[in-house]
Amino acid sequence: MFRPRSDLPLEQDAAKRFLPWLIVLVVYLAALALAGLMVLSTAASGWGRGLTDTLTVQIPPAASTASEDGVADSNSSPKARVERALEVLRATPGVAQAKALSREELLALLEPWLGSGQFAEELSLPALIDVKLKVQSGVSLEGLAATLDAAVPGATIDDHKRWFDRLILLVRSVELIAGGIVLLVSLAAVATVIFVTRTGLAIHHDVIELLHVMGAHDAYVARQFQYQALETGVRGGVIGFALAASTLLALGYLSARIEAMLLPSLELSASQWLVLSALPFVVALISMITARVTVLRTLAKLP
Amino acid sequence: MVRFQNVGMRYGLGPEILHDVSFELEPGSFHFLTGPSGAGKSTLLKLIYLASRPSHGLITLFGRDIALAERDELPALRRRIGVVFQEFRLLDHLSVMDNVALPLRVAGVKESDIRDNVAELLDWVGLSDHLQSRPATLSGGQKQRVAIARAVINRPRLLLADEPTGNVDDRIGIRLLYLIEELNKLGTTIIIATHNEALVARFDHPEMHLSDGVLTIKRKSALGTV
Ligand SMILES: Nc1ncnc2c1ncn2[C@@H]1O[C@H](COP(=O)(O)OP(=O)(O)OP(=O)(O)O)[C@@H](O)[C@H]1O
Ligand SMILES: [Mg+2]
Repeated sequence: MFRPRSDLPLEQDAAKRFLPWLIVLVVYLAALALAGLMVLSTAASGWGRGLTDTLTVQIPPAASTASEDGVADSNSSPKARVERALEVLRATPGVAQAKALSREELLALLEPWLGSGQFAEELSLPALIDVKLKVQSGVSLEGLAATLDAAVPGATIDDHKRWFDRLILLVRSVELIAGGIVLLVSLAAVATVIFVTRTGLAIHHDVIELLHVMGAHDAYVARQFQYQALETGVRGGVIGFALAASTLLALGYLSARIEAMLLPSLELSASQWLVLSALPFVVALISMITARVTVLRTLAKLP
Repeated sequence: MVRFQNVGMRYGLGPEILHDVSFELEPGSFHFLTGPSGAGKSTLLKLIYLASRPSHGLITLFGRDIALAERDELPALRRRIGVVFQEFRLLDHLSVMDNVALPLRVAGVKESDIRDNVAELLDWVGLSDHLQSRPATLSGGQKQRVAIARAVINRPRLLLADEPTGNVDDRIGIRLLYLIEELNKLGTTIIIATHNEALVARFDHPEMHLSDGVLTIKRKSALGTV
């Protein structure tokens, strides 16, 4: 890597030897926290998209038609009630699609809880209609609920909103915490670089004063520290990033094998990887700027 | 070249080391700076090479009042001054060659111009066999010559040498002084701080004497030479 000649024996500093490892740690933690942040917000906006334009209409089995004798009362048979609800829904502007779940689909949904035995077969289940709304449909849920209830007494609408709101609150809190971790870890990195640079300046005070007395410009002295800090930062940062990337890939592989519906996908998009891979360079840049500022401040105190 | 007007100097709250020191050095002059240990010889030189500031009084360097100089003018002033430090201050992690090259690098001279210049000068001070040696492996006298080479590599207009003969016997001390006289003949203004009265006596140069913080100038020619 490019590195100008140095007049200072910086490589020999004890503090310099552990700085790269601190930066490895800092970048590793920051990359994981940042990745977590990105996974969460992707997942949260995905849920938002999936849920806010979907409704579920629930039509309870009418108590009087609980017996399965197939009476031809077209007004109260479950099938007729579902048909009527579907008519109302399809006539509503803003509804893209309304589809009743078949009994088999319903049983499949319930299978994890009830099993597939005779018991489930005999249950009297509410009918469910999956409704997809057009984007920005502006459908008034209260209005639709009233219309439906009038046409099919007992029909209710579930727009998942309350559940979703709570989920979003949770996600936002976790995002806040992850953001805080990223911030703290960056502050720790900056503090470390400041500390190491100060130590370096104290150890090399004589050399720095000598260069100063020879007529070195402050920038000349600062450059020797700042490129050192940049190099240390890049080296530590790349290692830290590589470790974080392997951790993320391993977690992604493991999570792909667990089929959990609500577990957010741990896959990162290409642009998210790009943001993550900028992290070591951002940290290196921070160390370089910190080193430069620290050196210049110290030099400003010399006569 | 260098003018002091009523310069006083104390370190922090300590006693005053220099009282109302006034003198003026003409370009191309050669002065010894003498006085007992602790008299303030190094302190006076530090004021001239801008490593410390006076507590009061006026210092003019190359016609510039240094109290009025902007911070970014100072490097250019400093580069016109070569300093041989009492304790050499060679950098042990650099070769002799790189030590001597340091003032050129600081001044931004091209690498291609540096090598030949430095090698030539080290040859002149008799160190051509030690270009790549580390200072720690050199004798006291060799170190002293490296320090002198470093002080003059940049062709300074003013050379300040603090005990440049402190670590060598009189024979080598005299040779070093002849070396410095050569530079003086080329136009460099010289101040040499030393304890060595015998050495001072051998040369026909005026002597600035510091004692109890007071500076007096003795002209040799008035006293006659040995
Ligand atoms: N950095 C400093 N801080 C405080 N006091 C100092 C400092 N440097 C020198 N002094 C004091 O200033 C006085 C003059 O010191 P200086 O080094 O100028 O003497 P000197 O004439 O060069 O002596 P020597 O011949 O032994 O080199 C001494 O009393 C010394 O203790
Ligand atoms: Mg001294």
